[in-house]
Amino acid sequence: MIQINDLHKSFGDKVVLRGVDLEVYDGERLVIVGRSGCGKSVLLKHIINLMEPDKGYILVDNIAIRRVGQSDLFFLRKQFGFLFQGAALFDSMSVSENIALPLVEHTNLTSAEIAKKVAEKLEMVGLPGIEELRPSELSGGMKKRVGLARAIIMDPKYILYDEPTTGLDPIMAANIDKLIIELSEKLKVTSIVVTHDMQSVAKVATRVVMLHLGKIIFSGSVDELYNTENKVVAQFVKAEAEGPIQPKPIKY
Amino acid sequence: MTNIVSSLGRTTIAFILEAGAVFIMLGKVSRYLLQLWKNRRLVYEQMMVIGVQSVPLVLFVGVFAGAVASIQTAYQLKGYISYNYLGAATSVAIFIELGPVLTALVIAGRVGASIAAEIGTMKVTEQLDALESLAIDPLRYLAMPRIFSGFFMIPILTILADFVGIMGAYLVAYINLDLAPEIFFGSVKEFFSLLNVFSGLIKAFFFGGTTAIIGCYVGFNTSGGAEGVGQSTIRAFVLSSALILLNDYLLSIILF
Repeated sequence: MIQINDLHKSFGDKVVLRGVDLEVYDGERLVIVGRSGCGKSVLLKHIINLMEPDKGYILVDNIAIRRVGQSDLFFLRKQFGFLFQGAALFDSMSVSENIALPLVEHTNLTSAEIAKKVAEKLEMVGLPGIEELRPSELSGGMKKRVGLARAIIMDPKYILYDEPTTGLDPIMAANIDKLIIELSEKLKVTSIVVTHDMQSVAKVATRVVMLHLGKIIFSGSVDELYNTENKVVAQFVKAEAEGPIQPKPIKY
Repeated sequence: MTNIVSSLGRTTIAFILEAGAVFIMLGKVSRYLLQLWKNRRLVYEQMMVIGVQSVPLVLFVGVFAGAVASIQTAYQLKGYISYNYLGAATSVAIFIELGPVLTALVIAGRVGASIAAEIGTMKVTEQLDALESLAIDPLRYLAMPRIFSGFFMIPILTILADFVGIMGAYLVAYINLDLAPEIFFGSVKEFFSLLNVFSGLIKAFFFGGTTAIIGCYVGFNTSGGAEGVGQSTIRAFVLSSALILLNDYLLSIILF
């Protein structure tokens, strides 16, 4: 279980998070929605301490992630898989080297065992046999799936997805959504998905929260999301130009 | 006047903070030197990139630096001192100054800038975050092998530059002055001092380390996309070159 308490974060004068309180329960697929630039990715990065909050704290399985030393932090991070928005594959490595890196660094598996696990995960994400390709030879959707294979190679307990379907065609996006659900069900992982793709939300989420002006303003099921009376949430869900959210970029 | 003083103060504070940040990074990286054997594959890769792949450039610069040193020294000796001492004069200059400094400056351009660009690109494309998310410390995985290889490989490249520099100097002396090899190399041998060679190598050790440290530091602090990477590349080269020359001055005071 992950508990986020009173999280604040600013970048210079720009306040991004203004006291976020959120609990993520084991086994759920929590989707965080919100406008572009509202701090969804920043919140996600705080969970594995890639960013440090100005105020507030995060507990992962009752351990304060910010308070632990480096070796304990790395131990906690091994329980997470993180799919980055641009996949963040290492340019200098092949697909198999990218996926195998955590195994090479953190386990004593033999090369044959590592190759077998890499092939298994590539099969799982629907890309068998591309081990020797370089990231520059992959399409956007393939990169995301390779990124996902790398994120799940250590069989994590939690998977964090940063806009997994952004920039993909609808069919590829549907495939990624299907993968998220399959991984959640097969591997029994807890998933946190940051997105503003409402089709994806409807398919993937077991619970949705909305981040707006640095705070969580909604938490509920997909049905509750679509039937909410909160005007801000309703405008976002229905993708309407008129409403309490101004179409121009928000000045925090 | 107040503005000038406050601006000077701000710049000084920023410089001190940045210098402090470099030393903090170096302190963190040095912990990983204890895991050198465990990380030997990464270190070997960087030794190849920083050392072996720089050999052609170092050979080129070394030969021409030696040749130019020979021409200049011959010009200065002309009419005052016998050309028999040309080998001694050029070799001493190559050992203590030209070899280490020119090698380091060339490496600052080739390697320092490339380290900053590579790590900077990884920073702006979230690859550094990806490393961290995989429980891999970028300071161990990226900085330590590069900094160790910088310290270790530049002295080796300098030995090579010294050797080809003296060969270049002799070639010019032979072509221009028809100086016999036994006279040229006899004079090199007569005035040869291990202390001179080691002084040059000590300088090279610090120059190599400085270049790699600055490359890594600038790379890790890159921001702002492709433009930021470009600026980091320039910054790494300028800072490394300036620090090499500053180090050269300070080490010359200490060593000689």
